[in-house]
Amino acid sequence: MPDSRLSPKVDVEGPGAPPRRNGELVFQAPWEGRAFGLAVALGDAEHFPWEAFRTRLIAAVAASDRRPQGERRAYYESWLGALQRLLVDRGILTAAEIEDRMRQFATGQRDIVRPGAP
Amino acid sequence: MHDHGGGGGHDAGHHHGTEHHHGGEVSQTQLLTAALESLLVEKGLLSSDTIDQLVERYEKDIGPMIGARVVARAWTDPAYKQRLLSDSASALAELGIHMDNLVVVENTPAVHNAVVCTLCSCYPWAVLGLPPTWYKEPAYRSRMVIEPRAVLREFGLELDESVEVRVWDSSAEQRYLVLPDRPAGTEGMTEAELARLVSRDSMIGVARAAAPAHAR
Repeated sequence: MPDSRLSPKVDVEGPGAPPRRNGELVFQAPWEGRAFGLAVALGDAEHFPWEAFRTRLIAAVAASDRRPQGERRAYYESWLGALQRLLVDRGILTAAEIEDRMRQFATGQRDIVRPGAP
Repeated sequence: MHDHGGGGGHDAGHHHGTEHHHGGEVSQTQLLTAALESLLVEKGLLSSDTIDQLVERYEKDIGPMIGARVVARAWTDPAYKQRLLSDSASALAELGIHMDNLVVVENTPAVHNAVVCTLCSCYPWAVLGLPPTWYKEPAYRSRMVIEPRAVLREFGLELDESVEVRVWDSSAEQRYLVLPDRPAGTEGMTEAELARLVSRDSMIGVARAAAPAHAR
């Protein structure tokens, strides 16, 4: 089932969108898989109830849907935003330490290829 | 509409929806993903190996073939089908699948079922793997409820006017799997052969199960 059959009504993914084969490509970039895995692993380990994640995901998806066509977020961006919010809301991480850590990756102080390495 | 940055930090993809597609530059989204993983590992909440394994499992092992096996068993074993429709958790467990919130809905000549998640793309991962891109798009999520026949037609599925279309909206508590109609000309096929006719899309309800090669 090619995606293109729905595409007239579907968000344009941009010129750099990777080729898809019948919509079978589940993650369009490695970070999407990591973001998916982070939430599912934390949920599996019961660091939070899945419903707490899901309510935030619904809010993030709805917010994206309200934007004009070209400015909607990719699904896993909503997913990642929901996870970030949940971790901060539950006091698992603080906004400040996330921001700080992002800066360390941005400046090359830390290696983005193996973010979990000590 | 205050929908971002509740915690005051960078929110995912705050800038452009598709920046990560362009490669080269490291996006905010990539930075945020790396930051969360690194902090969570540091705090001992998970390990990068756990994530590696989980992602690989979903990318490679958990796919629609699990659901296809269930459908093929239901086609060949009427008693199993009854159990699947009435108590899916124990019927799935017979095949070694553990999922207790799945409702199986059966297509018949008079009723066609299709599944959507209008709110957040809930999906029966355990039996179908990860959802296709279109399942997560606003167009599918909103239009499938409003004009299912038109959407199904765009997928190439023409339904007779007399067929009732039932659209099931998934939730965290309840996920749905469509049991497609068994194609004609499949008498005498083995369960394994039948499973190959069962596509992911047919279990979402946007396609029929494929006809056997000799009948095409």
